[in-house]
Amino acid sequence: MNFYPEFEVVRNDSRCIRCRVCERQCANEVHWYDEDGKVMLSDEAKCVNCQRCVTLCPTRALKIVKSDCRLRENANYSDQTIKEIYRQAETGGVLLSSMGNPNPLPVYWDKILINASQVTNPPIDPLREPMETRVFLGKKPDHISRNADGSLDTKLSPQLSLSMPVMFSAMSYGSISYNAHASLARAASALGIYYNTGEGGLHEDFYQYGKNTIVQVASGRFGVHKDYLEAGAAIEIKMGQGAKPGIGGHLPGTKAVGDVSKTRMIPEGSDAISPAPHHDIYSIEDLRQLVFSLKEATEYRLPVIVKVAAVHNIAAIASGIARSGADIIAIDGFRGGTGAAPTRIRDNVGIPIELALAAVDKRLRDEGIRNNVSIICGGSVRSAADVVKAIALGADACYVATAACLAMGCHLCRSCHTGKCNWGIATQRPDLVKRLNPDIGSQRLINLMDAWRHEIKELMGGMGINSIEALRGNRLMLRGVGLTEKELEILGISHAGE
Amino acid sequence: MIPLEGQVRIPSGCAVSAMISRDGRRMNGESIIQSMIPMHDRSNGLGGGFAAYGIYPEYRDFYALHIFFNSRSAQSECMTLLKEYFEIVQDEHIKVRKIPQITDEPIIRRVFVSPMQSVLRHLQIDEKELVVRVVNRINAQLDGSYVFSCGKNMGAFKAVGFPEDVGRYYRLEEYEAYSWTAHGRYPTNTPGWWGGAHPFCMLDYSIVHNGEISSYDANRRFIEMYGYKCTLQTDTEVITYIADYLLRRQGLTLDEMAAVIAAPFWSTIEGKSEAEKQKYTYLRTVFPSLLVTGPFSIILGFDGGLMALNDRLKLRSMVVGEQDDMVYIASEEAAIRVMAPDIQNIWSPAGGEPVIVRVKEGAF
Amino acid sequence: MKRIYVKEEWCLGCHLCEYNCAFANSGMTDMVKALRGKTIYPRIQVEQDENGVTYAVSCRHCKDPLCVKSCIAGALSKKDGVIEIDHDKCVGCLTCVLVCPYGAVVEDGSGVAQKCELCMQNACGTPACVKGCPNGAIVYEERGEAE
Repeated sequence: MNFYPEFEVVRNDSRCIRCRVCERQCANEVHWYDEDGKVMLSDEAKCVNCQRCVTLCPTRALKIVKSDCRLRENANYSDQTIKEIYRQAETGGVLLSSMGNPNPLPVYWDKILINASQVTNPPIDPLREPMETRVFLGKKPDHISRNADGSLDTKLSPQLSLSMPVMFSAMSYGSISYNAHASLARAASALGIYYNTGEGGLHEDFYQYGKNTIVQVASGRFGVHKDYLEAGAAIEIKMGQGAKPGIGGHLPGTKAVGDVSKTRMIPEGSDAISPAPHHDIYSIEDLRQLVFSLKEATEYRLPVIVKVAAVHNIAAIASGIARSGADIIAIDGFRGGTGAAPTRIRDNVGIPIELALAAVDKRLRDEGIRNNVSIICGGSVRSAADVVKAIALGADACYVATAACLAMGCHLCRSCHTGKCNWGIATQRPDLVKRLNPDIGSQRLINLMDAWRHEIKELMGGMGINSIEALRGNRLMLRGVGLTEKELEILGISHAGE
Repeated sequence: MIPLEGQVRIPSGCAVSAMISRDGRRMNGESIIQSMIPMHDRSNGLGGGFAAYGIYPEYRDFYALHIFFNSRSAQSECMTLLKEYFEIVQDEHIKVRKIPQITDEPIIRRVFVSPMQSVLRHLQIDEKELVVRVVNRINAQLDGSYVFSCGKNMGAFKAVGFPEDVGRYYRLEEYEAYSWTAHGRYPTNTPGWWGGAHPFCMLDYSIVHNGEISSYDANRRFIEMYGYKCTLQTDTEVITYIADYLLRRQGLTLDEMAAVIAAPFWSTIEGKSEAEKQKYTYLRTVFPSLLVTGPFSIILGFDGGLMALNDRLKLRSMVVGEQDDMVYIASEEAAIRVMAPDIQNIWSPAGGEPVIVRVKEGAF
Repeated sequence: MKRIYVKEEWCLGCHLCEYNCAFANSGMTDMVKALRGKTIYPRIQVEQDENGVTYAVSCRHCKDPLCVKSCIAGALSKKDGVIEIDHDKCVGCLTCVLVCPYGAVVEDGSGVAQKCELCMQNACGTPACVKGCPNGAIVYEERGEAE
């Protein structure tokens, strides 16, 4: 069934100089030049609204707009719902999507406001006073111990030291390009934070950034071997992902080419479909065994992170993980991104990270085991304000991926699964991969994090807090607006005005 | 209705003062009362109080509970509870002088108790832990009873009013202590409640504090994991629990505790010797949630000494004076000059730098 | 001295440099007015080799420039390391176009020769091709090479 295209290419011919940049830069082949009529033409049906042509058009002759050709309005059956049914009727297939859930579900960050000092307590000026954002992730001992001479025994279980409470979360080499990984690795290294390999293994070129690398072990075990485990600063066991709780990763065969297949240790062109569970983990006690297997394999030098999707019972799950020997729990909320996920799962499974985080932090404190683990919060942390709110709700640090992709050029067209990313990020096509110059990509990531760090400091200073640890779990610094009693109760915050 | 302490968080500004004899000489409360007069404007009449160490030598082996009761029935309920855990050695009124400035007084009792050995054996805890648990239970659960002091050979005296009036009211000139601390309160949103005045005490620790800490909820939520309950929602209360947790339960030294709650900046730590760097990094890594930020100057009193500490940016004033065996600490120099008019040696300690004063061994 | 260098590794073959060059040297303030409906004669050209590798070519401001030597009218000269062309003196013999081993001197559409002058003669500041390259494939930097 043919539909009128979702987007329209609007070309202002009076501005078009026929430079054909749009044509050369569109991997979807939307634009072409008609020699006869000396005009640029376009096939809008192929457009995914990635805005590459719009961005590069030197005379701003182009814009992409949402088509207003719609099916008859229906509040129950939306245009999208109907078209998805047509598509499935045609193909019999599961619908695929990329990036985070785009639906208008509540974003609690936006309903939380931050405090500032007035009169009774001075705000602190980060331009003039020290303002600290360093964070250590890892298990903290219950009791101090002393050496024979009475001095403190300062040995600790392994800790990750972050210059600021933000890290780049897991995106596999395969789902994203070599140059995207290079950008992330170089930026993490320069910033004193960490990036995460995702489940695609670690390209040998990036072993040099090991000090700032978290290596992931997922259910498919792609790219996992002893050198890989030892290459990083921490090991993350991926139990689940916010965008697709309950299923494993999925790399289309078209992306498993060249070094990607080598790094993953899979044949070229084969779909890399991770099992839904880890087949050696059917329960919490099994997780404990994997945690300690990995610790044994790396001689207890590295902290182990367990990453789980935020699902209904997240507080109890986190409590189990906190007792499993894991050093850090990463919770991924339902708005988290993905390179490819079944649409129904992405849009309907999981819970908001804000509620999950608040519930987990509270549960671990109620059980007196909050010190056993650090908590990383991920799944749509979009700005420095979100980071501050997450820390105040109880997170030790945040994972960001979508924001990092945006910094590298992503325009959130949500077409990663096609492998034709015009921005050189979610693609393996060499001509597209080269569009992301890691010199530029890493610098933009560094700029973004620098900017966030400044903003975090400004917000902290306003609250009269000069070190990030005094913000962690400091829920008194937050107030809700427009939230129900129940939501406030779960978030553990008061309503504005209280 | 305007909410009381415990129903809402109450920030307040304040005046603090302290005097201690390193020789363990006992001095009456006149001087410390006088020291609060020049700092009158730092309080607003909604709370004043004192802590005195060495005042009950004849009862030194017993815990001296100072308790406010709202009613006779609250008192009898509380006493019933106490008798389950303690031998009651003495139960008496705390003598007061009625003055027009102090009104609405509750029943104020002093009860010397001794933990029952059978209870300790049964619960398998030490006696200090028992006292903490019972006091926490009374304060959190018994309506109308509030234990505001529970150490040995020391006591707190506090009320709603200006500190100099509170001192007169409790007849502090009749007590003799080797160490005195005092507090005048300027709460910003409470009608004032007797229990909410300072010092705040736990066992022999007493805290007087000036400031409003911005890390409050981070500190509170951490410390509440370890059995403490912040019923008053005041800074002083949480700082007292932190001190108890770090000193008594974790066994840190006073210096180490100072390096946790007013931790040196990372940039400062970088410049230290390797051993110190390790120590400070360790303390900041292990106890990040007990870093206290925002302005504060606190004086922590304990058996045999006291410690004064400013926040690490020194956002609150605090001066220290020394003369012969005496050390004086106050929010303002004027207060010290009242206690020691011809004092020469006065200085202002740096932010985060603890001033620790101990009485000579055996002198108290 | 700062020169333009090309990093073919990052060249996308988008040809934007050519249009930015043509506009920068058009003397106009609006790109549409300057270039729309016109054939452009840029001083930087994107080439493509048989493997599909693209790279931009512009004047290297040679240490020993053949174009200057070959100019019969004295229109080409080297000043402070930059090879400049005086359009008024150029007689349009195009010998320079023939002798340049890099193909960096080209005819300007009106019969006379033109070449990259690092945007020093126009109002651009940084060379327009460098400023406009979306992928950092053309850079303007000091590499300490002999003049």
